[in-house]
Amino acid sequence: MAKKLYKGNEAFAEAAIRAGCEGFFGYPITPSTEFLEYMAKRMPELGRAFVQAESEVAAINMVYGAACTGKRVMTASSSPGISLMMEGISYIAGTELPCVVINVMRGGPGLGNIAPSQGDYYQMVKGGGHGDYFPIALAPSTVQEAVDSIALAFDLAEKYRSIVHILVDGNLGQMMEPCEMPPMQPLRETPPDWAVSGAKGREKRILSSIYIDPPDEEVTNLRLLKRWMEIEASEVRYDELHTEDAEIAIIAFGTAGRVASTAVRQARAEGIKAGLFRPITLAPFPKKEIAALAKRTKRILVVEMNTGMMLDDVSRVIEGKVPIEFYGRLGGVTPLPDEIYDEIMRISHNIDAPAPENPRMEWVTRLEKILEGEN
Amino acid sequence: MKETSIIISGFGGQGTLFAGQLLTYAALDYDKVCTWIPSYGPEMRGGTAHCTVIISDEQIGSPLVRNPNAVIAMNLPSLNKYEPLIKTGGVLIANRSLMDRDADRADIITLNIPGNEMAEELGNSRITNMVMLGALLQLMPVLPMEVLKTALDHHMPERNRKYLPLNYQALETGAKFAAENLKEAV
Amino acid sequence: MAIAEPKIVYQRPTSLATRVTHYCPGCTHGVAHRLIAEVLDEMELREKTIGVAPVGCSVFAYNYFDHDYVEAAHGRAPAMATGIKRMLPKNTVYTYQGDGDLASIGMAEIMHAAARGENITVVFINNAIYGMTGGQMAPTTLPGMVTTSSPGGRDIESMGYPVRMAEILSTLDGAGYVVRRSLHDPNNIRKAKKAIRLAFETQERGLGFSLVELLSSCPTNWKLSPVDALQFIEDKMIPMFPLGDYKVNPEIGKLRV
Repeated sequence: MAKKLYKGNEAFAEAAIRAGCEGFFGYPITPSTEFLEYMAKRMPELGRAFVQAESEVAAINMVYGAACTGKRVMTASSSPGISLMMEGISYIAGTELPCVVINVMRGGPGLGNIAPSQGDYYQMVKGGGHGDYFPIALAPSTVQEAVDSIALAFDLAEKYRSIVHILVDGNLGQMMEPCEMPPMQPLRETPPDWAVSGAKGREKRILSSIYIDPPDEEVTNLRLLKRWMEIEASEVRYDELHTEDAEIAIIAFGTAGRVASTAVRQARAEGIKAGLFRPITLAPFPKKEIAALAKRTKRILVVEMNTGMMLDDVSRVIEGKVPIEFYGRLGGVTPLPDEIYDEIMRISHNIDAPAPENPRMEWVTRLEKILEGEN
Repeated sequence: MKETSIIISGFGGQGTLFAGQLLTYAALDYDKVCTWIPSYGPEMRGGTAHCTVIISDEQIGSPLVRNPNAVIAMNLPSLNKYEPLIKTGGVLIANRSLMDRDADRADIITLNIPGNEMAEELGNSRITNMVMLGALLQLMPVLPMEVLKTALDHHMPERNRKYLPLNYQALETGAKFAAENLKEAV
Repeated sequence: MAIAEPKIVYQRPTSLATRVTHYCPGCTHGVAHRLIAEVLDEMELREKTIGVAPVGCSVFAYNYFDHDYVEAAHGRAPAMATGIKRMLPKNTVYTYQGDGDLASIGMAEIMHAAARGENITVVFINNAIYGMTGGQMAPTTLPGMVTTSSPGGRDIESMGYPVRMAEILSTLDGAGYVVRRSLHDPNNIRKAKKAIRLAFETQERGLGFSLVELLSSCPTNWKLSPVDALQFIEDKMIPMFPLGDYKVNPEIGKLRV
């Protein structure tokens, strides 16, 4: 099929439909609203369920109910809306239901702004809702990759009866980029054996997140953990650019990753051995692969559109074996390639310098200088 | 790495976002890799609206650039913001109709064009964006004019289709103006 | 002397599970459960019914019915029921909710489910108190009523007035059937059952949102004997929450059951 030019949010929505999404429940919020608008038009055309809910709280609880039927269901929102959804997300995790939640992230905390950000890393990657559970978190970096990740997200959600978070930011939601849509998948005909459908000819089924006796909840938590360890062992995904011989390896995801790729190519064109490691699954985090990268590179630069949330995960994996540096832009500001290129050049000139004692603190000093220059 | 970046900036309602989209559709038709990214903040609601288009032969990393190869500045704030940022050797198309000064950087190709007046002469000030785009393609032939016209034919919203010939005319008028004034610029 | 063959005149409805409930002695939740089960049996809906349990005393309602059930977050049962009903429009979907769940934390969800004309049935237990957490003030607590969070009695100056849900919901065009009944004596229980039947008939006929508000007793938290608690419903609750039909779709009004 030929490539067509899509607006990010609309491409994601069409991809969800083609992946067999039968129910969408959402609430308008910038910068993800086009997703909802697209679903409002397309889902009824196909005889599938669409509800604009009274709030994100209601939307995710509609998803919760819909997920109980075993069909492919999802919602899409943006940071403040995702915060409201955390109640339902925890219940869905506790009931072990598959569903897909897309967060088109924007600047925060609070109302913040509507510009692109990666500030919801902890919330989306670590869980965000209450209780002991593990969401799968995917972070595509192009419209095409996001489109492809949606079918993958539904597959993973069903395979592991898990929530799959997709993290994109306002850049990806709002930009237009050519992409090739996957073909329309046939809808599942028979519900899975745990779904509610009416107890005709079988024992009744109960779907609940309650385990009132702590030993039962303990067994449940353990089951979730073991499932998670299986996911960690088999579902890690990442992309690499020139990391084979990279002396400076950038680690960045989503938009920060694609911006970094421009800087890496520019540096390479000038003979500097830079590379990019881009986690696609933030959960499970590519721990082994990053540890292996640390063995063959001289210095690592983590780039994010937040204050260094993934930096913490990278540091934990690297265990001080190779110096780590950090560069981030905050609050809805997207870094430009030249900023990352400048960082590569700075590191390149000091490649054998001692490791920064606190990469975050040294970055704050550099960023404050940059901000003085910009203002 | 052959990559061309273009920023189109102006007031909301001047058709900057559509001009950028059109360029991007045409780039795709021309088998190029491309991205279009808008400003979508509160600014688009009545303030300035701008978009960045990148046209390339290879995979595009960042959809945003600090120093574009070309800028269409539809109003004075856009000129003030982007004129200093254009790469040396780049192109600036400045809508002189809405500016109290000429764009005057010497290390780039600068065209001061009375976009609004030219559009009004053609009969509709709303096609100023096409006059400017025509001028840009003349001075920076990133895509053939014919490809752009085909894209316009394919992507013109239904309600505006009756203006298609007028839009073609605007593109040609802009290009002609640029061709005639280029001699002076170089 | 020949003994007549024994005839079964009363037994457990098929839709009710063979399980002892955790409800306090004298609580009317059990009565409400039984009425629902009888109606599901009579309408032969058990095999296509999915119930949505709330958070509150009836949080374990799913254990007491013998049909598919899901458990909602506090107040969100109407949203969850919406999700189920939209995916499985041919199934029968109902929520079972208390006053804290429906009229306080779940106010938005119930209002909008009704406004959308969501084709679900809601059984709303109004006992004017939070039972499960141990007797705190509910949105339906009567003025002057003593609870653990209104120890001096509900003071309308600082705590406001009770909320009359049936009346509020009946103003919404999406509602097909909204009535209030009481469970304080056999006559009213019979009327309550008929109302539950008509609520499910509303859903089966696709006539929109249906809700039966049931005035119920909470002897434990009201600190009354079961009999006195029933008397309290008659003397104190009904004057504040008048029984009646607040919205009845004409098609349902004509129905004889």
